[in-house]
Amino acid sequence: MGNGTGISNGLTLKMSEDASEKLRETIDEIYRLESRRVLATLIRLLGDFDLAEEALHEAFTTALEQWGREGLPKNPRTWLVSVGRFKAIDNIRRRARFDSSLAQIANELGPNTENPFETEDEDIEDERLRLIFTCCHPALSPDAQIALTLRTVCGFTTEEIAHAFLTPPPTIAQRIVRAKAKIRDARIPYEVPSHADLPDRLDSVLHVIYLVFNEGYSASFGASLTRHDLSSEAIRLGKLLVELLAEPEAIGLLALMLLQESRRAARVSPTGELILLNEQDRSLWDRAQITEGLRLIQQALASRRFGPYTIQAAIAAVHARAATADGTDWNQIVALYDILIQADPSPIIELNRAVAVAMRDGPEAGLVIIEAILARGDLNDYHFIHSAHADLCRRLGKTAEARASYERALLLTQQKSEREFLERRLRELYNNAS
Amino acid sequence: MKYLCLVYFDGTVLDKMSETEKIAFDNESLAYDEELQRSGHFIAAEALESVKSAVTVRMRNGKISTTDGPFTETKEQLGGFILIEAKDLNDAIQVAAKIPLARFGGIEVRPIWELEKK
Repeated sequence: MGNGTGISNGLTLKMSEDASEKLRETIDEIYRLESRRVLATLIRLLGDFDLAEEALHEAFTTALEQWGREGLPKNPRTWLVSVGRFKAIDNIRRRARFDSSLAQIANELGPNTENPFETEDEDIEDERLRLIFTCCHPALSPDAQIALTLRTVCGFTTEEIAHAFLTPPPTIAQRIVRAKAKIRDARIPYEVPSHADLPDRLDSVLHVIYLVFNEGYSASFGASLTRHDLSSEAIRLGKLLVELLAEPEAIGLLALMLLQESRRAARVSPTGELILLNEQDRSLWDRAQITEGLRLIQQALASRRFGPYTIQAAIAAVHARAATADGTDWNQIVALYDILIQADPSPIIELNRAVAVAMRDGPEAGLVIIEAILARGDLNDYHFIHSAHADLCRRLGKTAEARASYERALLLTQQKSEREFLERRLRELYNNAS
Repeated sequence: MKYLCLVYFDGTVLDKMSETEKIAFDNESLAYDEELQRSGHFIAAEALESVKSAVTVRMRNGKISTTDGPFTETKEQLGGFILIEAKDLNDAIQVAAKIPLARFGGIEVRPIWELEKK
């Protein structure tokens, strides 16, 4: 997370070591808790992402000087917004001497006789929601939505985003710059969508959170710890969204993420190998996350307005409720996949349904479906379909076909623990054959 | 702020319509222009002749090069435009979504860059 950059680093103060250290800790804590809220308000007041970020940093720098002399203000958040805004107006005025177009902005911004900073908490929450919806505006490319959300809403640094998505930092930096420019030039408004637009716009927010989660989830058995942070961050974002806007699909997505995340510790062996669901030590599953996930899914289902995320969460919930792999209610899982295919038709969901059918009715039944998907040519380059195909062939004793499919899967994935898993299965096939 | 809504669609969609369907559709499009005039969004709107009558002009090395046809040979072609005044992008998207041809094709919404003489 981006709060580790420590706003107070590098500043020297004329204070005793202890007092200055304590103040620095307090300010770091306030930065962690409040900086995103302050930023959201400053973006609204200043109407510009870059000006607001600059103002945020100046406000914290001023806090470090002034709070040491005068003590903490009664309400640090409003103090920071107020100082940030005045600093921004100062900056704009100074630059306006060189650029006449800024003079008008400076005049519009102040001085303001009213005190606009005494906003109610409700408004503040509304502003964070506004920020999320603006960063996830469908007029921005999905890559740009993700980068801007992590940067602005979550406070990641550009380097942290680059590291998490295995992308060079200049690429991420450029993506963010372009996104901000588009918000300004196309005039993407800083607002929570109207009731009529909400379903569409919420989809795009949920999609961003889902992509961030998946990026962390699929790499969780890889080498990088930062990518694990992506899953936690997605869950944190999901919780924030549910807090701000308790829409059924937002609740469903949060339930889905918690239920998937609950298996994290059981998904990898101590030596870093991938462990499939039916071989996992279920005592390692995180009970607190499961309980919360199950509660949320009840809430989402009760709304009767749920969609694909909630149905996926319901499938994850069936697994979470099973005490043993054999005790899994495959009948219910297949039924849920049937509903999911209707709500959100896709070959990937068909593939997952095929695996569930194989568990319920035996490998032959699943194989028929998988071969039909492959015959259509829909998922030929997707390594999971070949490893699923291989697995069913293996269980049916079709060793040659199993081997060919494991090898095809191996060609299609670079993921270290996926590869180790496939190689292990191939070795087992050769050993059993000889 | 001004936005140009460029209406792209596959011309064969209109060819497949019956005469009465075509008339109903044209009336719907004209009615929407009037609706935009009432709401204050409307600046200008025109339908374009088929791309079969299009010409592409380039200046290269001081010479005019004229070629037959539009720039791209995609299936969806620019079929018309509506120039609007909108509060912001969300407002413009709302207007664009209700353009009758949006049901068959796609509308590209482009903010107008106001050039200033310096």
